Amino acid sequence: MTQAVDEQVLHILWMNGGLSCDGDSVALTAATQPSIEEIALGALPGLPKVAVHWPLIDFECGPEQGADNFIEWWRRADRGELDPFVLVVEGSIPNEAIKPEGYWCGFGRDPETGQPVTTSEWLDRLAPKATAILAVGTCATYGGIHAMAGNPTGAMGVPDYLGWDWTSKAGLPIVCVPGCPIHPDNLSETILYLLYQVAGQAPMIPLDEALRPRWLFEATVHQGCDRAGYYEEGDFAAEYGSAKCLVKLGCWGPVVKCNVPKRGWINGVGGCPNVGGICIACTMPGFPDKFMPFMDEPPGARVSTAASGMYGTVIRTLRGFTQRTADKEPTWRVKGTELRTGYQKTW
Amino acid sequence: MTTTEPRITSPSGTETDLVEMNWDPITRIVGSLGIYTKIDFNAKRVAECYSTSSIFRGYSIFMKGKDPRDAHFITSRICGICGDNHATCSVYNQNMAYGVRPPALGEWIINLGEAAEYMFDHNIFQENLVGVDFCEKMVAETNPGVLERANATEAPHAADHGYRTIGDIMRSLNPLEGEFYREALQVSRTTREMFCLMEGRHVHPSTLYPGGVGTVATVQLFTDYLTRLMRYVEFMKRVVPMHDDLFDFFYEALPGYEEVGRRRVLLGCWGSFNDPVACNFTYREMADWGRKMFVTPGVVVDGNLVTTSLVDINLGIRILLGHSYYEDWEDQEMFVTHDELGNPVDRRHPWNQHTIPKPAKRDFDGAYSWCMAPRWFDGTDYLPLDTGGGPIARLWSTALAGLVDIGYVQATGHSVKINLPRTVSRPEVTFEWKIPADKEGKPLSNAIERDRARTYFQAYSAACALHFVEQALAEIRAGRTRTWEPFTVPNDAFSVGFTEAVRGVLSHHMVIRDGKIANYHPYPPTPWNGSVRDSYGTPGPYEDAVQNTPIFEENPPERFKGIDIMRAVRSFDPCLPCGVHMYLGGGRVVKTAHSPTGVTLAI
Repeated sequence: MTQAVDEQVLHILWMNGGLSCDGDSVALTAATQPSIEEIALGALPGLPKVAVHWPLIDFECGPEQGADNFIEWWRRADRGELDPFVLVVEGSIPNEAIKPEGYWCGFGRDPETGQPVTTSEWLDRLAPKATAILAVGTCATYGGIHAMAGNPTGAMGVPDYLGWDWTSKAGLPIVCVPGCPIHPDNLSETILYLLYQVAGQAPMIPLDEALRPRWLFEATVHQGCDRAGYYEEGDFAAEYGSAKCLVKLGCWGPVVKCNVPKRGWINGVGGCPNVGGICIACTMPGFPDKFMPFMDEPPGARVSTAASGMYGTVIRTLRGFTQRTADKEPTWRVKGTELRTGYQKTW
Repeated sequence: MTTTEPRITSPSGTETDLVEMNWDPITRIVGSLGIYTKIDFNAKRVAECYSTSSIFRGYSIFMKGKDPRDAHFITSRICGICGDNHATCSVYNQNMAYGVRPPALGEWIINLGEAAEYMFDHNIFQENLVGVDFCEKMVAETNPGVLERANATEAPHAADHGYRTIGDIMRSLNPLEGEFYREALQVSRTTREMFCLMEGRHVHPSTLYPGGVGTVATVQLFTDYLTRLMRYVEFMKRVVPMHDDLFDFFYEALPGYEEVGRRRVLLGCWGSFNDPVACNFTYREMADWGRKMFVTPGVVVDGNLVTTSLVDINLGIRILLGHSYYEDWEDQEMFVTHDELGNPVDRRHPWNQHTIPKPAKRDFDGAYSWCMAPRWFDGTDYLPLDTGGGPIARLWSTALAGLVDIGYVQATGHSVKINLPRTVSRPEVTFEWKIPADKEGKPLSNAIERDRARTYFQAYSAACALHFVEQALAEIRAGRTRTWEPFTVPNDAFSVGFTEAVRGVLSHHMVIRDGKIANYHPYPPTPWNGSVRDSYGTPGPYEDAVQNTPIFEENPPERFKGIDIMRAVRSFDPCLPCGVHMYLGGGRVVKTAHSPTGVTLAI
């Protein structure tokens, strides 16, 4: 994916070395609006020339001492030789400070010590030099699955690690696009916006209080779900496989901010409650802990469904309460030398 | 920067110059992986190899005490390209624990989803990740003479795939610029649409549950799937002969290429695609319904089928620690002493495993990996089975067992026939995958054959999917449209699920106590393939593969890319945050370790 480098090139450094599953890298290959090849080949008007350094499909694969060494791009960025660049972070950031030695995750090696360079160290080094930081997927944005109660690594999201009020040298806050995995087009579209912004063609990206692009996350799953009509009629599914509203079977759609039922999953096909899958709130800062067990009816749902004949402020108030809790991370996702997840350390 | 070390005495006693070559991270695999080697350029061989990429997340730890019904939602997140295989395996596992048998239609829907996953994942890995190692741009930079010859070599199956010369095939694989590269990327999207029709979302499904699926089964659902499937069938009619031509050319142009990535035939396959007519998810009858799977489970040693019983497979699994960052669990409690049939269960079996992390500095003489060493105990030896990236083991096991015959696919005892129906512009076609052998007739498991099997298995999956669509539509037409069966979670249970992740064997073992998860250990393919040297001194599969890889690349050290090593490593389809640590040489001591995402280890 790497093109010839000249003065005008905007670099995208993709770091998948956090506690991740690579599902967000894989999601980008699924994007169609726009596709990655359209971004890389400049097939949209006004796009700056980009060089994408992305481990998943990069041509470059040579050794450190030979030709086409991939890690060299990271070292160049660290030396301040790549400017401007956008740093994409995938995976949650483990807390490396809770143990005397060793590492939870890393990539590349420190030539001095021969030890792996940890993912948090790369983040420490590159964050001050990046024009923008894009956290992709719920792990990188808020901690996600690997940050659930009882985890041994003290994992957290990029804003927990760098600070929620962190801004880049160009004045951009961390941009968070949650989803487990991230919605393919939500990702490629946000990259596109940032490219236009860095090229001076778009104003500051509009973000909400959880640093999400507003236009993607302002509505709830329920508001975009084509089963909402059943909800309105108080007609609820009692078994999975039913075409009716799933809220009594565990769907958190009424309080979850996500556009998937409206957008479909890939090229408009698939999704969650719209195709029979309960919403487990995988885009939310409180995911997963505040929504488990997933297959139980959400506590708020009973109240809301009983009142589904009512409209307006009553429902909005009830929902607002649940939503504020769901939109907050659990308290243990923080830096420091203490592990607060409930796991009893053995080291 | 090339560093040439002072002269070193090699194991054979002769002096040689060793050059350090490190790849970290390796690109075009899922997850990050580093490889550290010393190479003897005079002898054209790898003298030492450490490979590493470490990540620890702790799935087996943070799943403890959680509701068992959350298991498939959580374990899907182990892997970002085959997460649905984990979700499926977990659902199978839960079905056994809860004693629930989903309606047949629900099972056909899962089979269709999983078939689409194979069609998608093998396609994108083969053409957009592995394929680049064989593209014109790469071959021009590593073996210019080979490219020249490719340009002058007519493709034997040009009429089937449309590329006149081998060089034309290579050009079509060039990243982004290549026409076939872009077509394959697009095919990876339509196959994911097929997947989403059945399982909701890729890669972490939304519609899978214990007891069945939430997918709304209508005629339209299967029409939408079938039309896309037939376009894929048409596509595969070009792709199979095209890859045969390309791979055969490498043997021809580079005599001895059979040895790249070669190792002893030690293959494991845990079976895929349940037959709902036979599968009742009971442990007692697991060997029987396992043999009815549309990909037959089996262990293949030196070309012979050792077993097809999932019970044998289950009881033989051992987790050894080797050189990994964990404390042993010898002094911890046993969860399961005997299985339901009364067979004793070993302390080192996943049902009895305890994961106790002990982070430490990386030390290649001591602990150097987050990955343990799974082995299969045959009663005598702890065999370091590999999956060959999945397809070669699946086809080999299915071929030898000779149990599958659904018209579209037929296992013959020595091969697998894939019969594809007429499509929009092409007539019926039969492809036959034959058990690979070298020039002396010995069974052959190497980089090229792992890659070739991948293409054939794409066609195999498509053919199976045709059968599944027919079965599903028969259910709908008969008015049996339920896709889910209710269940209750018992207070105490232990259970197992088996399937094939895209890149090979996948097992999930669970123990439930007081209605909560007391123990959960998933074992995906990558720990098997890249395991550490174990406690008995048995090296992992990558050892053989790398040890036997001669270097054909023409570049001097300053411009070295290590393409032959990369082809050997990628043929295993390394998946995810995997850590592989290998050490070759120094008295032929080899240590390998690996922690895939899927990993377990990591888990």
